[in-house]
Amino acid sequence: MVKTVDIQSLSLSRGERLLFQGLSLRLSAGEAVALTGANGAGKTSLLRAVAGFIRPDAGTITFSGGPDAETLDAETARREGVHLLGHLEGLKPTRTARQEFDFQTDWLGGTDAAREAAITQLALTPLLDLETRKLSAGQKRRLSLARLVAAPRALWLLDEPLAPLDERWRAVAAELMAAHLASGGMILAAVHDPLPVPARNLDLGGLA
Amino acid sequence: MRAMRVLFGRELSLAWGGGGGPLLACGFMLCLTAILPLAAGGDPRVLAPAASGASWMALALASLLSLERLFERDLEDGALDLLALGPLPLEATVAIKAVAQWLATGLPLALAAPVAALALGQPAHLIGLTALAAAIGGLGFAFTGALGAALALGAKRGGLLIAVVVLPLFIPPVVFGAGALTRAADGGDPLSALGLLSAYVLFAVVIAPVAGAAAIRNAQS
Repeated sequence: MVKTVDIQSLSLSRGERLLFQGLSLRLSAGEAVALTGANGAGKTSLLRAVAGFIRPDAGTITFSGGPDAETLDAETARREGVHLLGHLEGLKPTRTARQEFDFQTDWLGGTDAAREAAITQLALTPLLDLETRKLSAGQKRRLSLARLVAAPRALWLLDEPLAPLDERWRAVAAELMAAHLASGGMILAAVHDPLPVPARNLDLGGLA
Repeated sequence: MRAMRVLFGRELSLAWGGGGGPLLACGFMLCLTAILPLAAGGDPRVLAPAASGASWMALALASLLSLERLFERDLEDGALDLLALGPLPLEATVAIKAVAQWLATGLPLALAAPVAALALGQPAHLIGLTALAAAIGGLGFAFTGALGAALALGAKRGGLLIAVVVLPLFIPPVVFGAGALTRAADGGDPLSALGLLSAYVLFAVVIAPVAGAAAIRNAQS
């Protein structure tokens, strides 16, 4: 179980362009951090670097946890403790929402009980038999949020999590995030609107 | 184990559902077989010696058809990120996808290959050998194809690029596979050619997951 994420003097660039350098951030159990900054400031790249998809130019990202808060193998920590919710939901258009939800949660290590709870909390029952191409953007996002609940993992990396949701579902998403933090989870979210839970702010600034 | 089963089930369902991948590949192969006599004339003295070679060429081309679906779709819709954060290393994911590709496309094509070869005038007693060689070669096509599909990730209009990357890698199995059949048709022993075919397939099975996973990591960054 991942309990802290420690980012030390991280530098990231995309192609020739340096996004930021010397970024340090420590995230402990129960904490949320809201990443802000102009378009192109590197919010998504930072999330993808924490998820292990982008190799940093310099600096380290370490995960620690377990009974003695020892440093964990980064690859294992990511495979067992990290959810990434990006702009793309990873849904196949011709498969039903149920098929995709079952696959994603099985793959990410979900349990039947957590799955039932997620379906109830996000009121997915009427959507599950539809092909995912028939879902609206907000409905797809609800399906993805359900994945976070159904397969419990400590660190949620969220990229504009609330953007496609309406008023009612933003409130539900806020409850889910609060519950995740209360159970010792962590949230690192790229946002333009404030996060609906108490969060530290990290501003990546504008375009360099 | 559970994760392997889950991913395997998804891959098979994606390959079979939505567009009938295996039927499409078999139909394509039989169309190619039908075109050859129209192009080269219907004389059995011309067609019969080329039957094994032509059926293997059709097999190789038909194996290309659904490769674009293998990783490109998952990259486009974001599912590849999800797969990378799952419990299995990417190497295993590539291998499972390739095996599912073989089951969904390679084996149906191995059943259609004797039909194509027979139609072109191959001796009837070679039916079993044709299907066997096509099944072994299909496994090689699936793994080398998966490698090519991973290498072409992220390129726009990657489908054509996959064909250009992969077809040269398909040459050795075509040589060995068609060679086994030609030799058997001449009354010789096809085992040495089958052995070389199997060796190439094993090589692909070992190399493709490692190289493919590296290519995917590169495309994701």
